[in-house]
Amino acid sequence: MKRVSKSKRQLMLGNEAIARGLVENGCSIATSYPGTPASEILSTFAAMQKQHMESVHIEWSVNEKVAFEISYTGSITGLRTAVSMKQVGLNVASDPLMSAAYLGVKGGFVVISADDPGPHSSQTEQDSRLMAMMAKVPVLDPDSPAQAKEMVRMAFELSERFEIPVMLRPTTRVCHARQDVPLADIHPPKRDVDFQKDPTRWAATPKFRYHLHEALEKKLESITRFNKTAPFLLNSGVDAPKAIVASGVAAAHTREILQDLNLWNVIPMYQVLQPYPLHAEFIAKLTNSYDDILVIEETTGVIEMQLADRHAVKGKLNQWVPAVGELLPEQIQQLVSEFAGVDTEYIDLPSASGVRPTLCAGCPHRAAFFAIKQATPKGVYTSDIGCYTLGMNLGAVDTVLCMGAAISQAAGFHHAYKNDKKQPDIISTIGDSTFFHAGIPPLIDAVVHKVGFVLVILDNRTTAMTGNQPTPGVGKGARGEALETVDIETLVRGCGVKFCRSGDPYQLKEFTSLVKEAITYSKGKGPAVVISKHPCLIDRTHKKIYDHPYVRLTVTDSCDGCSYCIDHFECPALVLDEAEERVNIDAVLCNGCGVCEHVCPKNSIQEYE
Amino acid sequence: MTGSKRQQLIISGVGGQGVIFLTRLLAETAIRKGKSVFTSETHGMAQRGGTVISHLKVGGFSSPLIRPFKADGLLALRMHGLDQHGVYLKPDSWAIVNHLKHDTSEPDRPVFAIGADRIAQKIDNLRSVNLIVLGFAMAVILKNVDNPFFCSLKDIKAVLESQMGHKQKMLNASLTALETGYDVGMKAKF
Repeated sequence: MKRVSKSKRQLMLGNEAIARGLVENGCSIATSYPGTPASEILSTFAAMQKQHMESVHIEWSVNEKVAFEISYTGSITGLRTAVSMKQVGLNVASDPLMSAAYLGVKGGFVVISADDPGPHSSQTEQDSRLMAMMAKVPVLDPDSPAQAKEMVRMAFELSERFEIPVMLRPTTRVCHARQDVPLADIHPPKRDVDFQKDPTRWAATPKFRYHLHEALEKKLESITRFNKTAPFLLNSGVDAPKAIVASGVAAAHTREILQDLNLWNVIPMYQVLQPYPLHAEFIAKLTNSYDDILVIEETTGVIEMQLADRHAVKGKLNQWVPAVGELLPEQIQQLVSEFAGVDTEYIDLPSASGVRPTLCAGCPHRAAFFAIKQATPKGVYTSDIGCYTLGMNLGAVDTVLCMGAAISQAAGFHHAYKNDKKQPDIISTIGDSTFFHAGIPPLIDAVVHKVGFVLVILDNRTTAMTGNQPTPGVGKGARGEALETVDIETLVRGCGVKFCRSGDPYQLKEFTSLVKEAITYSKGKGPAVVISKHPCLIDRTHKKIYDHPYVRLTVTDSCDGCSYCIDHFECPALVLDEAEERVNIDAVLCNGCGVCEHVCPKNSIQEYE
Repeated sequence: MTGSKRQQLIISGVGGQGVIFLTRLLAETAIRKGKSVFTSETHGMAQRGGTVISHLKVGGFSSPLIRPFKADGLLALRMHGLDQHGVYLKPDSWAIVNHLKHDTSEPDRPVFAIGADRIAQKIDNLRSVNLIVLGFAMAVILKNVDNPFFCSLKDIKAVLESQMGHKQKMLNASLTALETGYDVGMKAKF
């Protein structure tokens, strides 16, 4: 066992602290699909485990469902395992989650689902704790990176003690906060694998599921009496007729605010570590001891809804606490002041305008979107989740629903417009990682139903938005080890698509012709697929393989500042000088892709002599 | 000098400017000085050139976020950060902006401007705007502000050295940027 001094503290991102927790507590299998704010958990775990290449299995899975099922199965052989994802990833993994709750586990199994109140980088603000409640598994709600690490330990213990999956639900402000975190000893992973066959449990038919459900309810009842995860009074000794109950980062904000407002010795504050199932004794104590209770939690009133006697409760369900958005500390300050009956400055933050995000200068997605718009300026453009959602800035993204939906939404538009006078051209864009994740079943469906649309797979050989994690097309593991690859074109043809061609979007004219050809084919013959092949510019691993020469362009004096390039190509390196009525190329930002040479309708952008 | 014990700083800019790097560097420095620290960062889509903001809290705090009117200072790597994030500043605070000229009078606080983009071009290190601004901040705060920075230029250099010791070229470039900014601040008339 590697010993570390008890006093050692290290600056850690919340996600790094969670990874450290997995290492300290002997996690043998960790799986994930990248998604903000959860991505750094697995990459850090992989970096920390480089020295244990053989004993620990770490993978970026093809999607969250697969990631969940692999780690879950590891746990039923007796190993400690963990799966991590963002909250909408849990939707994808919800099928195995619901079932795994009934079957239970052997080795500790932690489901880490990172929520994103705000939302900052997600399509919903959903509360994973509600998913835990629906699945009937306990959930822990950390307030800081340090507590998140501590809760990994608690989660493994709870999971093994009650043979149940345990959810750890950090939020963005925990995942992406940094803190000095105390390190604990590392316990090497347990290696004796022992799967005990028991078909009535691991392959239970509905009759046995009834009994498993009964057993699950008994487990939950015991967990409401499990002391180690019980809520506790933070400011012990403080007594009043009112009390505040908080969990997660909202508890961290509240603690600081109570101290700043000199209320720390006035109002008792309870912190809930395990919002579901809420401890029975705590519910009774709250109801019996206080006639005014403020509940502060993100994002849904999960603690609140378990307080059956609601006459004294103030929270989200009676509009006391905002039900939408992140609970910022300034909002909590207002709530606490009002609850305590003290004056406070009213803080109204101006709504942030700021700079909108954009595709990087030289991003191959931009070239692909421009080509699509050239090929069919008035098409219907369905898109998906990734950097390329920013194709919206070029007017080349009309819909974004969820992972994989670019393809099924194309089908939806095709069927909806079938009997209309005019059928629009339908162009879907999807990234390589997203295609592997959820694009294959809808593509098969589209082939079977002869959906006339063009699918452009934006193959930049990485999962770019979340920090360049490998895709199945790259043949590289979480630790950089060499793995098998899956070829996208073979996969597309395997789905039954007859038209599948590849092109480099940097070759703008050729690529535009290719998209036009695909559109023509799709009319009447079914799906046509174009694979747009050019690696992500910020993924350094491809620098050597794709050696695109830096094309140095300049804007000639014939430029009249019409701003066509800025409106339609939207490259951050193209800057309009309004006073001089011309466009300049920002040499700092320009990546030398050379595409804009073909964008200017007046040929004012030319190669530098 | 009670302010030296606890300090709350906002660092803002756009994705790609190295806001997270700067935040992490300062947090690491705080830990080296035996202080507890909290930061909060922007990740995800906004990192693609959109507005990003970091909160840095040095000393005993429990929340990772700074409330409006509580920050001791602001480092804005883009001018718009002052308008957008100035609301976090308390009355007796300071702001550093990366801008050629700053002609907005701020009755509540001094605003110090440095044209760091141009300096970065001059020292042939376009990605060093963040460290130039930091070096500049260390100097002008030392000269003009009663409430000192929680760490010194020397402390920051020590952290850079321990983090980049094995990459001599990168370390030298970083130290040059930091020192250039510091010199500009020292020579500035304010």
